[in-house]
Amino acid sequence: MTSSKFPNAGGILIKLSVNGEAISRWVQPRTHLVDFLREDLGLTGSRVACEHGVCGACTVQVDGKIVRGCLTLAVQMEEADVWTIEGLSDAGALRPLQDAFHTCNAAQCGYCTTGMLLTANDLLRTPGASCTRQAIRSHISGNLCRCTGYQSIVDAIEKVATSAGGTAA
Amino acid sequence: VKAPAFSYARPHTLEEVFDLLDEHGEDVRILAGGQSLLATLNLRLSAPALLVDITSLDFGGIRHTENRLVIGALTTHREVEHSALVRQYAPLLAAAMPHVAHVAIRNRGTIGGSLALADPSAEWPACAVALDAHIIVQSRQGQRGIAAREFFVGLYETALKPGELIVGVEFDAAAPGDRSFFDELARRHGDYAAVGLASHARNVAGHGLTELRLVFFGAGVAPVMLPDLVANRVNSDINDLSKKLFDLVDQTLVPPGDLHFSSAAKLHLAKVLAGRAIDQLIKVQE
Repeated sequence: MTSSKFPNAGGILIKLSVNGEAISRWVQPRTHLVDFLREDLGLTGSRVACEHGVCGACTVQVDGKIVRGCLTLAVQMEEADVWTIEGLSDAGALRPLQDAFHTCNAAQCGYCTTGMLLTANDLLRTPGASCTRQAIRSHISGNLCRCTGYQSIVDAIEKVATSAGGTAA
Repeated sequence: VKAPAFSYARPHTLEEVFDLLDEHGEDVRILAGGQSLLATLNLRLSAPALLVDITSLDFGGIRHTENRLVIGALTTHREVEHSALVRQYAPLLAAAMPHVAHVAIRNRGTIGGSLALADPSAEWPACAVALDAHIIVQSRQGQRGIAAREFFVGLYETALKPGELIVGVEFDAAAPGDRSFFDELARRHGDYAAVGLASHARNVAGHGLTELRLVFFGAGVAPVMLPDLVANRVNSDINDLSKKLFDLVDQTLVPPGDLHFSSAAKLHLAKVLAGRAIDQLIKVQE
């Protein structure tokens, strides 16, 4: 891998926080954030699918904002605060959404579910955001469900958005 | 689909960026938000030896000074979308941002990156031309401003010279009588548009319409601006204007067909958008 053409292609040391835990690792510049999370850290909840930014299965949260794990390099994450489905789920931040997905049968094969949950959570915690069905559809437009279970996914998000005290963290 | 191997540098000063550009020349790609670049790397459409990450440089922020709105090159689409200054002084941009890909991509993608890439189907180049923006570029020799209408010279081709970097964009602040219209037709919200339209009209209220800029994207190799139908003519008859506009679209646009839309379909869609624009920009006022 390392050659004169790619002097540091073999590895760069990065320090970041993942799910609240300080991490430092050597990573190749070419390694995507989602591959780093899955293969180096064993956090396989974030999925890899299209790998060019279309499907949203790799959605993770960086410094409080959702991003594409396949369009972000691990080396760009120096000092970043990264949260994945594992950390957010353990922290209970997604509990109302997870319950609603369960109740509404919004997970079929489950492959898109983690990305859907993070994107839905992003909408629900945006202050003043509209949560009409149209607004929900628009917000999750970057997340594909190949089972085409969109109606139940929108149902689940709407259920949390409209339920009393159901605001997600 | 994984990116090929490359080296990575994250300089903290412009001098270091220029040194790297000088040293590596054609083998370098500038990395800002990376939302288009990393996709092309994953698909191996591009194989640079070195990525120079410029996100540690200080080219963010949105400022309003003396009737100008200046947006730093590293400002993300999402920051523009949520900016009160942008809503007030460049409402066209506020209307366009929700159409730029999806939230997760708008959180990282930057205005400078979009302009530098010059994708013919992207929103930013058309908006910059419609608002007569100036793109501010920096090289070791200094800064220069390039009018947006001269910046996009061809398919993914800009007036940027080797060793130049976009550092910001300057817009004339919208005046109270100005109106904007933005819309695009896409197969899925957030996908690249089949055809889109960014338009800005000056003095719709008050002294009468003095300028009407209609810029299509997805309709050529670069943004296509129609000749101004109303230049300095006051209160043209609206029906007359619509007809002239449709004729002008027919004469001006030769949209490239793609997998989903033929050239004729795109031309039809362009006229649909032009009709909506006239409705929004002018009829509302009467």
